[in-house]
Amino acid sequence: MTAQPSPELRVSGLAHAFGPRAVLEDIHLHLPAGRTLALVGPSGSGKSTLLHLCAGLLTLRDGRIANGFARTTMLFQQPHLLPWKSALDNIALGLKARGMARGARLQAAHAMGRAMGLDELALAQFPPQLSGGMQSRVALARALVLEPDLLLLDEPFSALDIGMRQQMHRLLLAEQQRRPLAVLMITHDVMEAVALADQVLVLAGTPARLRWRLDLAQPAARRDDAWVHRQTALLLAQPAVRAAFDLPPLPLGLASADMSSSVGLDAGMAVPGQARVAGDGCEVAL
Amino acid sequence: MALLRNWLLGIPRYLWGGWGAMASLLLLVALWEALAAAYGPLVLPTPMQTAQMLAQWMAQGGELWPALAVTARRAFIGLALAVLAGSLLGVAAGMSMTASMMARPWITVLLGTPPIAWLVLAMLWFGSGDGTPVFTVFIACLPVVFVGGMQGARTLERHWRDLARAYRLPWHMRVLDVYLPHVVSYLFPAWIVALGSSWKVVVMAELLSSDTGVGAELATSRAQLDMAATLAWIGAVVLVLLALEYLLLEPIKREIERWRDSAGTAEERA
Repeated sequence: MTAQPSPELRVSGLAHAFGPRAVLEDIHLHLPAGRTLALVGPSGSGKSTLLHLCAGLLTLRDGRIANGFARTTMLFQQPHLLPWKSALDNIALGLKARGMARGARLQAAHAMGRAMGLDELALAQFPPQLSGGMQSRVALARALVLEPDLLLLDEPFSALDIGMRQQMHRLLLAEQQRRPLAVLMITHDVMEAVALADQVLVLAGTPARLRWRLDLAQPAARRDDAWVHRQTALLLAQPAVRAAFDLPPLPLGLASADMSSSVGLDAGMAVPGQARVAGDGCEVAL
Repeated sequence: MALLRNWLLGIPRYLWGGWGAMASLLLLVALWEALAAAYGPLVLPTPMQTAQMLAQWMAQGGELWPALAVTARRAFIGLALAVLAGSLLGVAAGMSMTASMMARPWITVLLGTPPIAWLVLAMLWFGSGDGTPVFTVFIACLPVVFVGGMQGARTLERHWRDLARAYRLPWHMRVLDVYLPHVVSYLFPAWIVALGSSWKVVVMAELLSSDTGVGAELATSRAQLDMAATLAWIGAVVLVLLALEYLLLEPIKREIERWRDSAGTAEERA
């Protein structure tokens, strides 16, 4: 830690094990301010462990995590709202922890709740009375009301239907437009990663390593569904990515056709870095 | 506050929803009436006779109110001690894996020992004063409360700790805003069960060991073969319990269990 840490998250040479079982190995990543980085991988690939390490919820065993961001908050996989507090009090939780006076924090929570599309009634209700989508909004509001400069997302939208999920994406992107907010998200949904992230990292194997990197130059706000579908298909056509998700290899003809069609893409082309062949597939040196 | 408001708002609908229960209770009374008609008032007085006797006592003063007061005092002291000790010890035991493993068989033994056995011991230790019923109530309620507290502390899932850390909650907020409400949501149903059993156990203890209180009055009327008075005393005990349970505790319990159910399903999903 330097005296004036620059606002960025840098993970280098990270490895982690639960008892004798190694789950993460040789992880390097760099997240500058205002950018979005997505880690995708199959379930159980250690994504969640990596995120919990970054959040300081697990003790770092090997490697370095330098978090220069001033305010980090996290969205969990479940909303984890306190059932005995109203939605409004739940949103104000982090502000209360900072010692903000009751009136001020409720006002801030109220404004953020409204921005997330929660009406007066929903804000007064208790979490069990709210639908899943509403609960997710409350959880997002609880995180964003703290004005974080780094937000960690632990697959918070994975239980929502596709309409709700896209609403949550829009809310998140709107916040990123408003002020610099770096996001480190993990997901097993490749399309969600491609829709939101500036950089997608594929994590797989036991112990998990980074298998692929995709840089997307197109700003997330200007991506449409067709673009996201195309990029997702392209990413999923990579043999290393297919292997990571345990997908069967594409038939040869189809794979080459996909590749040739991808040549025409301009913005946000796949950047495989310097690929080198490892024992179990193609890997990107980062 | 919100809890209190919901409780007050819930009363009318709750009472209206009680018609079904009322009808089923009246059916029971009708059955009693039929049996009384078949066997005669020496074996079983009619509900009307019983109710008249009870109403007469209520109007005259007499033994009813003092006896209920004595019994209530004993039940309350025993219950209060059990709630205090059981909650504290249970939560403390729940904090540690070893302590809860150790406590579990003790609890099984305590729950398995019939209250009447404790009563016999208590009569030898405490004689015929307040001590015997109070101790019997205490020992009968303790394990129930203890288990509630232990479960509450054991189910403090890691996600609440993670939440507290991720949102940098200071220690007093962790306790007051997160841990305490969660533990109370487990303790409260246990307190209600304990209240019900305290009321039953205290009458039993008085019947055998004391010469004051509802239990003692019950013993007297039984000795005089006064069936109407016996049934009236039983009716008084049951009515008090029903009033406590359905007017006060059940609505609060429903409110609290709503949180718990939702918390439970969230854990299953995780």
